[in-house]
Amino acid sequence: MKMELLYEINSGVTTAMKFRTLLRHIREGTKNIFRNGWMTFASIAAVTTTLILVAVFLALVLNLDQMARNIEQDVQISTLIDVTADEDQIVQLGEEIEQIDGVAEVQFSSNDNELSKLIESMGDEGQAWSMFEQDNPLNHVYIVEASVPEETEVIANQIEELDNVENVLYGKEVVEQLFQFNSYARAIGLALIIALVFTAIFLISNTIKITIIARSTEIGIQKLVGATNSFIRWPFFVEGALLGILGSLAPVAVILGGYYYIYNNFANVVNFRFVELLPFDPFAWQLSGMVLLIGAVIGVWGSVMSVRKFLKV
Amino acid sequence: MITMENVSKTYSNGVTALNDISVHIDRGEFVYIVGPSGAGKSSFIRLIYREAKPTKGKIIVSDRDLSKLKERHIPYLRRDIGVVFQDFKLLQKLTVYENVAFALEVIETPPRTIKRRVQEVLKLVGLEAKEKMIPSELSGGEQQRVAIARAIVNNPKVVIADEPTGNLDPDTSWEIMKVLEDINSKGTTIIMATHSKHIVNTIKRRVIAIEDGVIVRDQQRGDYGYEI
Repeated sequence: MKMELLYEINSGVTTAMKFRTLLRHIREGTKNIFRNGWMTFASIAAVTTTLILVAVFLALVLNLDQMARNIEQDVQISTLIDVTADEDQIVQLGEEIEQIDGVAEVQFSSNDNELSKLIESMGDEGQAWSMFEQDNPLNHVYIVEASVPEETEVIANQIEELDNVENVLYGKEVVEQLFQFNSYARAIGLALIIALVFTAIFLISNTIKITIIARSTEIGIQKLVGATNSFIRWPFFVEGALLGILGSLAPVAVILGGYYYIYNNFANVVNFRFVELLPFDPFAWQLSGMVLLIGAVIGVWGSVMSVRKFLKV
Repeated sequence: MITMENVSKTYSNGVTALNDISVHIDRGEFVYIVGPSGAGKSSFIRLIYREAKPTKGKIIVSDRDLSKLKERHIPYLRRDIGVVFQDFKLLQKLTVYENVAFALEVIETPPRTIKRRVQEVLKLVGLEAKEKMIPSELSGGEQQRVAIARAIVNNPKVVIADEPTGNLDPDTSWEIMKVLEDINSKGTTIIMATHSKHIVNTIKRRVIAIEDGVIVRDQQRGDYGYEI
């Protein structure tokens, strides 16, 4: 039993809490969970509700973030070449684009090639476009890729300045809209989560207040015989942390089960290359860990709030 | 052991409980604190174990200057002081043994030491046969002896007793006094606030009389001095 945990007590001296004492605190804290039946249940339910919502928002926002990043990675600049440009001018333009700083790759795609890509991407309905094969209205295109996605806009602006360029197209709007949507989702989610977290903390601190009141005689005697405040506090921390962790068990189950289901049933249905869900392993596990941690923090915070008032520290 | 210099205590409601008192109590003394109800006896006692803080003046208890004592050091002061109350303050759900052991557990004494010490003090107060009982199964005198055992189990230098016999009949009171005298004879300082004329006049010790927050009398082997 020589295992010892470091913790701080008087006069800033770091000393060791005996393992036996730690066990005692855990035992006392656990007892309290069972002592205040309904309040315990209410706090756990509050934490559970909070954390399920936290988990859903986190899963949503993190996935959207990932998608936005994927799209950003895939952004290509389509340089539409003026229909009046002759072959020499086209070659010259290609060379000029290659000389722009930050351009990783330049690929020529003829108007016939562009049309067949279009027809292909439209599937059955695309057959309607076949009639244009004789009189192709599309431009020849240079497909440009930036070595750093963030540079895309700068490069596109430079290309636009060059001769024989009719138009420059890139997924700017899509990416920006997605990021915009993400920031809204994040703000709403965050506001909701904060409100719920505070509700949960309030309920937990109330539960622990009841425990403290029920044990006020005992605490009074502890102080009388020379128990330090930290010794008195510990069982309540344990109780708070346990309430938080118990409250996060159901959300963790929901995350693991729900994400597994969604990932396996929808990940392959939606087969755009950037609409890709984060893989179950490790994402669902990381999210679970995060939720468990948030639960414990909520619990400890709730207990700290009520114990502090009571011990007048 | 205990020194008070020009100590005053005024509560936040404006009541002055103690007014400029100075007193010195030596190691190993047995002191009665007497006086009418509300004269300041309890305040005097509460100042010693730093349950209350003086408004003015200096208090030194076992080499600690209480006016400079930091909040977080109070527990260490309390470990040098055993406190006994009129209403015993025992935990009703715990056995006699557990109630006494409790005082050692909270100061993280090794289990083996706890066992030995608790058995020693229970023997000292004559309750070794009742260690498995809970307080409600004991008489008032026995409960007070448990409280005393708890107060002395970690070998404090001072035992403070605030009307320890206040709830007990005369015969039982003598049992308690016998125990307190025993403890005193082993070198522990005892400070006892009491209303019992009989006890003070029979077991003659130093008497400090407080009236209206002032020490009006301090005599060795004194009398109670009040008609009940």
